[in-house]
Amino acid sequence: MIDPRVNVIDSRLANVKRIIVVSSGKGGVGKSMVATTLALILKDEGYKVGLFDLDFTSPSTHVILNAPVTVPQEDKGIVPVSVKGLKYMSMVYFVGENPAPLRGVDVSNALIELLAVTQWGELDFLIIDMPPGIGDVILDLLRLIKRAEFLIVTTSSLLAFETVKKQVALLCELKASIIGLVENMKQASNINNSIEIEARNVGLRFLGEIVFDSTVETSFGDEVKLLGTSVGRMLKRVVEKDLLVKS
Amino acid sequence: MHEWALAEAILTTAAQIAEKERLKEVTEVTIRIGELQDVEPEILKFALGEIKSDLFKNAKFRLLKAKTELKCRVCGTIWRFKRESLDAATAEAIHFVPEAAHTFVKCPKCGSPDFEIASGRGVWLDSIQGVK
Ligand SMILES: Nc1ncnc2c1ncn2[C@@H]1O[C@H](COP(=O)(O)OP(=O)(O)OP(=O)(O)O)[C@@H](O)[C@H]1O
Ligand SMILES: [Mg+2]
Ligand SMILES: [Zn+2]
Repeated sequence: MIDPRVNVIDSRLANVKRIIVVSSGKGGVGKSMVATTLALILKDEGYKVGLFDLDFTSPSTHVILNAPVTVPQEDKGIVPVSVKGLKYMSMVYFVGENPAPLRGVDVSNALIELLAVTQWGELDFLIIDMPPGIGDVILDLLRLIKRAEFLIVTTSSLLAFETVKKQVALLCELKASIIGLVENMKQASNINNSIEIEARNVGLRFLGEIVFDSTVETSFGDEVKLLGTSVGRMLKRVVEKDLLVKS
Repeated sequence: MHEWALAEAILTTAAQIAEKERLKEVTEVTIRIGELQDVEPEILKFALGEIKSDLFKNAKFRLLKAKTELKCRVCGTIWRFKRESLDAATAEAIHFVPEAAHTFVKCPKCGSPDFEIASGRGVWLDSIQGVK
């Protein structure tokens, strides 16, 4: 017996120009915030953008977007929900606010199912928010979407960067394309650049730092406020300097 | 209907196998449909007919139903999944993503959501036949 789903993933993503995966070896470093804000910035610049929350057990991009509760429509597949001008897909549409106690094999199955049936249509960018670590989701993405480009997030903590380095080593070994590293939630008083130096040492492009911004959580659901946070302002520079120039 | 997306996956996979086996024409495709996802056989059959390429022009699509067996990882209980016991919204969520079952279904003996979908999860390509 053969699982036919994986064979249709390429054609499902055929009209998506670039796939950007926001990832980190470490949890709680701001991946979801970076992924959501990045998607909104690109949309603001006039691009067609999708946002796919692949953190099935702890989705959070819907909170940042304040996405309304709804049920996705079916049309020769599942149609992503339109949220703030983005084509949006998340496990919350299937499990709501309830816990989803999934083991690795279930996570993998849910991922393949959604990749096989979600009709993204034409997109300039599909932004993917990842769960932390080196687990089933990143291994499946590396296997199923070879052209994914990784944007890595860390905090200023050397402990965080220690696990980030392991994920980066894996990505390099598998010849995945890496856009670079963002250092998030840096304290304004912290003037040392040890993460930047560490990044250079492992051959990782340092895209810059985002200072800790106490208005982040009060900006949820408000597009203008989100783009005005330190995350929005810094990522706008990344978009202009690093993302759009890359061929 | 997302049966269309699954039909496309089945035809793409069957065509790949046919090419590997050097089949000039496919005469029969056997598909197994798991009870858990509740894929509509009529819609799936219709979709297969609509989007099939010439390779399948005389092919017969056989759809077999697979019963869903769930096995509790905590106490070992094995039980048959019964869709009828679910409300419409839950049934629809499981239809889209069968793993949503872990959110809504519990072991009848110990109440755990930590069970294995031992059989009958999704849609599988069972076998294909054709002429060389
Ligand atoms: N630059 C920032 N300034 C202040 N707070 C921030 C900043 N970036 C993120 N946060 C906050 O930090 C917390 C973690 O962010 P987020 O949920 O995006 O991290 P994550 O890496 O996605 O976590 P997980 O690994 O659990 O998915 C959140 O409460 C978020 O509001
Ligand atoms: Mg997150
Ligand atoms: Zn049990």
